[in-house]
Amino acid sequence: MPYCRHASGFLKQAHIMSNSHPTAGAPGHSRALLRRLLPGKLSPYVWFIVPALVALLAIIVFPWGFTLWMSLFDWKIGSDATFVGLANYLSLAQDTRFLEAIMHTLYFTVLAVVLPLIFGTIAALVFNRKFPLRGMLRGMFLLPMMATPVAISLVWTMMFHPQQGVLNYLLSLLGIAPSEWVYSSALAIPCLVLVDVWQWSPLVMLIVLGGLASLPTDPFEAAKLEGASSWQIFRHITLPMVLPFVMVAAVVRLIDALKTFDTIYVITQGGPGTASETINLYLYLQAFSFYQIGKASAVVVVFFVLVVALSLVLFWLRERSKWSDA
Amino acid sequence: MKKILDKLLFGLLVLMVVAPAISVFLWMLSLSLKNEVDTLAYPPVFIPSAPTLANFQAVFDGGPFFSYFINSVIVSGLATLIAIAVGVPAGYGITRLKARKMLLTIMVARMTPAISFLIPLFTVFQALGLTGTLTPIVITHMVITLPITVYIVAGYFETLPRELEEAATMDGCSIWQSFFHVSLPLARPGIMVAAILAFIFSWNNFVFGAVLAGRETRTLPVAVYNVLTFEQIAWGPLAAAALLVTLPVLILTLFIQKEIVGGLTAGGVKGS
Repeated sequence: MPYCRHASGFLKQAHIMSNSHPTAGAPGHSRALLRRLLPGKLSPYVWFIVPALVALLAIIVFPWGFTLWMSLFDWKIGSDATFVGLANYLSLAQDTRFLEAIMHTLYFTVLAVVLPLIFGTIAALVFNRKFPLRGMLRGMFLLPMMATPVAISLVWTMMFHPQQGVLNYLLSLLGIAPSEWVYSSALAIPCLVLVDVWQWSPLVMLIVLGGLASLPTDPFEAAKLEGASSWQIFRHITLPMVLPFVMVAAVVRLIDALKTFDTIYVITQGGPGTASETINLYLYLQAFSFYQIGKASAVVVVFFVLVVALSLVLFWLRERSKWSDA
Repeated sequence: MKKILDKLLFGLLVLMVVAPAISVFLWMLSLSLKNEVDTLAYPPVFIPSAPTLANFQAVFDGGPFFSYFINSVIVSGLATLIAIAVGVPAGYGITRLKARKMLLTIMVARMTPAISFLIPLFTVFQALGLTGTLTPIVITHMVITLPITVYIVAGYFETLPRELEEAATMDGCSIWQSFFHVSLPLARPGIMVAAILAFIFSWNNFVFGAVLAGRETRTLPVAVYNVLTFEQIAWGPLAAAALLVTLPVLILTLFIQKEIVGGLTAGGVKGS
């Protein structure tokens, strides 16, 4: 049967190619009949996908396989690769710098997921109301997420500067003592979170706003008729209905927060010391400063497992949140 | 009275939401237009006393900034064009075949950090002797542009009515003809959004260029980052360079924000 399907596909192609005027009635009609009768109706669509499939295989699937394979080798660029089995993974498990990088990543990620979710949802509730200049203001609110990360990171670096930075001046206006910002080990990660919140709350806003726009209006009208306060409406109607969208935003945010690279690399380079070195920064160092391809590949695999595991946890939470509302 | 107060409070809330987003860019603009006296002044000067373009001049004098600009245009332009050429038919094929598993691959790709693609591709480019040219940078940028394109375009084709296409087929159009003459023109808005977002995220990308580019093949974000490392104190030129890189994106965002909003909410997509 599969042969038959292919054959029919080729026949059809040949037939079409020989027929330069497709509007001619009779062949078109018989072909339509043929298409309805044969199960291989859809197969020509495969050819639409083939070029993209080849490209995706080359630039995405091949690197996955290569990485998995290379993580089993001790290979520094310029020397020979030797098979070492799981040794790279074992050495990572004992590498305190790597274990600290995991902790830094988790610390950063928790804050960089939760805070943008809160601010983004508030912004979505604001932009869901009609007010003058709404379109333009929403466009301005989106600028941080669309701007070139390196460019905004440079500006934040200058703003964080302890002596000449504008942030310490603003603190002084409020009567607060100057801060060391990213130059302090304890504050480096919270400062990077601040940049991330500023940069990515807009994306959460967009996803939640899309959700708010799709909500039915009846429950709100009914609640108003019953005399519910706006807080009650928010707490018991808006929030539960919009929660699935917030969870979608949470998954997106989780993935992006784990992958954060540009801002950290430009603003702190993982410093001071290794105080803000996340897995991604550690990975970059292993791969492109030390050229330890085998070890770096093992880091990628561990990292990927972490991303998938945390995403699954969120998906599970999302299913639960749906379930409890139903 | 209560209504006016409500409106005022809401206005304040809007201000609190939008002000942080915009003020960082205003500060960038202010820094880039200040002369050295204003830059070093404390308390900081917010509105330059004598605005000057000297910082922008310094950026162009400091290195082949214009050729880095051309590099960025070539890299992002080619990566986007190829992604459209390959990705639009793919998005169409996926919706017609209902092959949503391929979209899953793309979602998983989005979960993988960009550097992990870079390690294998870097070693291949080295083996092929391609490092130091723009080719590897264009190819790696397709890691960003292709998934965005396929994802957005597939989503767009799904919203199109199939009736027109079926009518075309009934009239004897081949699937290729009905794709080119019926579906493709209908999908033009979706394709535009995909192209714009792919271009922006490619333009913004730093890490691929940072690893793969030589002195001559730097893209703009890499060039700007290098301004930081070599001239730590020169804030004016640094802000000017940062503004030059991101200004096209900011203007584009403000002008076509409706389209961007539609494209981004379609799948919460973003470049890696």
